[in-house]
Formats: sequence, structure tokens, C-alpha cells
Amino acid sequence: MQYLLLIYRSEAEMAKLPSAEMTAMYGEYGKFTQEITESGNYIGGNPLKPTATATTVRVRDAKRVVTDGPFAETKEQLGGYYLIEAKDLDQAISIAARIPGARVGSIEVRPIMPRTQAVQA
Amino acid sequence: MDFEKFHREESGRILSTLIRLLGDFDLAEEMLQEAYAVALQKWPAEGTPSNPRAWLISTARHKAIDRMRREQRFEQKAEEIVKTAESTVAPVSELEEEMVADDRLRLMFTCCHPSLPLEARVALTLRTVCGITTEEISRAFLIPVATMAQRLVRAKGKIREAGIPYRVPLQEELHDRLDGVLLVVYLIFNEGYLASSGDALIRRELCAEAIRLGRVLCGLLPGQAEAQALLGLMLLHDSRRDARVSAEGELVLLEEQDRSLWHAEQIREGTQIVESALRRGAAGAYAVQASIAALHANAKTAAETDWAQIAALYEVLLRTHASPVIEVNRAVAVAMARSVEEGLALLDEIERRADLLRRVGRMEEAAEAYRQALAMTTNDIERRFLRRRLGEIERLNEPGR
Repeated sequence: MQYLLLIYRSEAEMAKLPSAEMTAMYGEYGKFTQEITESGNYIGGNPLKPTATATTVRVRDAKRVVTDGPFAETKEQLGGYYLIEAKDLDQAISIAARIPGARVGSIEVRPIMPRTQAVQA
Repeated sequence: MDFEKFHREESGRILSTLIRLLGDFDLAEEMLQEAYAVALQKWPAEGTPSNPRAWLISTARHKAIDRMRREQRFEQKAEEIVKTAESTVAPVSELEEEMVADDRLRLMFTCCHPSLPLEARVALTLRTVCGITTEEISRAFLIPVATMAQRLVRAKGKIREAGIPYRVPLQEELHDRLDGVLLVVYLIFNEGYLASSGDALIRRELCAEAIRLGRVLCGLLPGQAEAQALLGLMLLHDSRRDARVSAEGELVLLEEQDRSLWHAEQIREGTQIVESALRRGAAGAYAVQASIAALHANAKTAAETDWAQIAALYEVLLRTHASPVIEVNRAVAVAMARSVEEGLALLDEIERRADLLRRVGRMEEAAEAYRQALAMTTNDIERRFLRRRLGEIERLNEPGR
């Protein structure tokens, strides 16, 4: 099964991190990505720029409404993601627990809906 | 043979094995129903098979294969199921008991997965591992049948959609995950033991099921001291079942119970299990509560109770699991062990804190804490104290104030 691991953390807290710690964390992410690539679980993943760079788009009555900022104001913000292949939810959870961001923020584990099922739904 | 009784006792076990073989909760349930229907027709005429459990499993399995062939659901998934179902030998050997027990354990970990809501874990465990009907579960929890059915459907849906596995967790996760399973077992027991309303027969059944689950866990995961402690705790509480309720259905206070009605053999077994758990290093909440229960159960008369040790154990419990119930229990134990004045001083302290909660307007929170405490205590002093406080809060809480 495929799972999307959504990495949430507080941007405000991140901004306060000393640069040495940021560098260390980037190093950890690099190592983690390499590990799950070698184990065959990695499909894709990216860090995201901060929510200050976000734009939200809606189309209502064929009219485009563009607003600044993220879709929802929350205490922790989406900061990146991994798309992984895992045997089952337990394996997905143990991979999520190894993401460096899990120690300061939260990882949401979401199963990907297979395309056949998406068509039926 | 008594078909009703067989159904009640065996359904959970058979279902666990079928879920492993078929990989699908709903399909397993449906096929088991069909197999039962066949059995109801055949057994009275042709006689009960020598191994009814294996017969039902094998019949249900073949029905599942037939159904898939008929519906020509030759998607990859269906093919896989047919393959495993065909290649797996029906469990009829002497290994049967062991295999069936393993299936129950696997199913317990699936039903108690932390990604399911707690109430769904309890309901799903009762429905699938214990084989209790949805109607009975909804009666036990005083919830409409439709709501309970919906809860079960959602939980089974999540198991399927999120890929919750059907297996015992790996060693490194086992400890954390076992805690989750123990909590569900404990909740099932408490629902049977503490509820003062609802169907008495079903409540009795819940206690028996929880103890059965506890035995399965201890049998299959030997060396898990906390699981042992929980089993001991349940056995000791349950040993008083016949003395706890009067002929009129009223709860009888521990001090006033007829101790000759306590089940001595069960007390012996429970005490032994608790002692063994403590030797293995159990030190969690179940172990402390079980030790308290053992002290009560082994006191020949109410007056001979070792209150000093009970007070000390409640103090241990307070450090890790602070709650108004435990505080009140400790106050009572202190009153009995040392002096009434000391006990009352502790109660005053609790009152002052509740008063503070009231003052900052957290009435409902305070009232709920007392209501829960009331539901959990059979001690007269506690009950009087808690009722009085609850009454005061409820009066303050009335609309218009």
C-alpha cells in the first residue's frame, strides 16, 4: 500500500532554531531519505516553503477567488511530505516515527486511494 | 448438543480463524452465518461432527471460495484469498487449539489498534474476538443498536482502508501495543463490573469475557507481567460477584459483604497470579490495584483488613494515576489505618480543590469527576461524601444561576 506522510510542525518554533540545529536536522533528513530509499519504501517527498509563501485558490460560480496564505490557520503547519510504499499501516507508522520532524511536530499518515477505487468512488 | 451455547462460546474463536483465512472481516462474518445455517439443518439429522469447530471453519471457507468463483471476482485480491484459503489445511490437528488461540491474539491486536477510536476498539473486540452480538453490546453500553452497528462498520472500514495489519506486533512495538490491548480488556471488565444499570446477564458475560481474554493474553505472551497483573486484578474483583449485589439488586458495601459468598478458589488463583506478576517486576497501575484487591480479598473479616498497606499502595497509585476516586480511596484507607482525623484532613484537601474548580467555573468537569467516582465506589463513606459534593455542584450548575 502507498501512504502519504504529512509533516506538520510549528513554523514559529522552527524560526527560533539556531542555524547549527537547522543544519543538523537537514543532515538527519538526508540520512533518513537515503535509508528509506535503500529499503525500497521511498517513492517521493519534498520539503515545502513556509506558509507565508502560500496562496489559496477557489472557484465559485465560475469566478476565481485567490487569497493569500494557507487554507486553514493551524497551530502546526504542513512543512513537507513523503510518499512511501509500506506493507501495512504498522510499517507506515514505524517509518513515520523515524522522520526527524516527528520529535518536534506531528506526522499524519494517510493511505493513498488506489486509482480503481477512486473511479468507483 | 446445545447449539446456542456452542454458538456463544465458539463464535469468536471461529471468526478469528476465518478472518485470517479470508483476510476480510465482513466476508468472514457472513460466511460463518451461512455455515451456521447449514449446521442447523444438517447436525440434527446427521449428528454433530466430531470436531464442530473445524467443520464450521471448513464449511465457511468453502462457501467463501464458491462465492468468489460465482461472482467471478478474479481481481488480484480475490485470487490471493482463494489461494491462501485453499492451501491452508483446516486446523484439525493437535495444534488446533494453539492455532486458534494465536488467531485470537492476532485479532485482538488488530481490534485494539491505536489508530481506531477507543470506543470502537472495545466494541470491535467484543463483537469479533468474543463473538457477542451487536444487540447485546449495545444493550450493555446503553447505546442504540443502529449507533453501535455504525461504529462497528466504521471501524472495520478503517481496518480495510488504512491497511491495519492482522498480526501480533514486532517485539519492539509489542510493549506499547500490549498496553492498548490491556486497556480494552480492562474497560470491558469495568463495564461489566461497575455499571449499575443495564442487563445483569450481559454484564456478567462482559466480566467473564474480559477474564477469558486476560487468560488468552497471559497464555500466549508469557512473561508479560502487566498482563498477569491485570488478570489477577480481574479475578480478585470478580471473586466477590455473588456478594456484591443484594437480592434486591442493591450494591452491598465491601465491609458488609458476606465473605462466605466470595469464591475462595478464585481468590487463591488471583492472588497467586498477582504475586507472580509482582515477582516479574510488574509495577504499573494494574499491579498496584491488584495488590490492593488481594489485601481486601484475603482479609478474613473487614476489621482484619491491612489498611496501612492499602493506604501506602493508594499513595503509589496517586503519584502516577491521580484522580478524585483514588484520592478519596486513599483518604478512607488513611482514616481506617491511622485516624479518622487524618482521613478527614485529606478529604478536606480534596474539597478545597473541587471548590477551586467550581470557582473558576469548571462545574461540569467537577460534576463529572464526582459522577465517575460515585460509579466506581462501593464504600459507604465515599459514597456519602461524593453524593453530597455532587449534589452541591449540580445545584450550582442549574440553569439560571
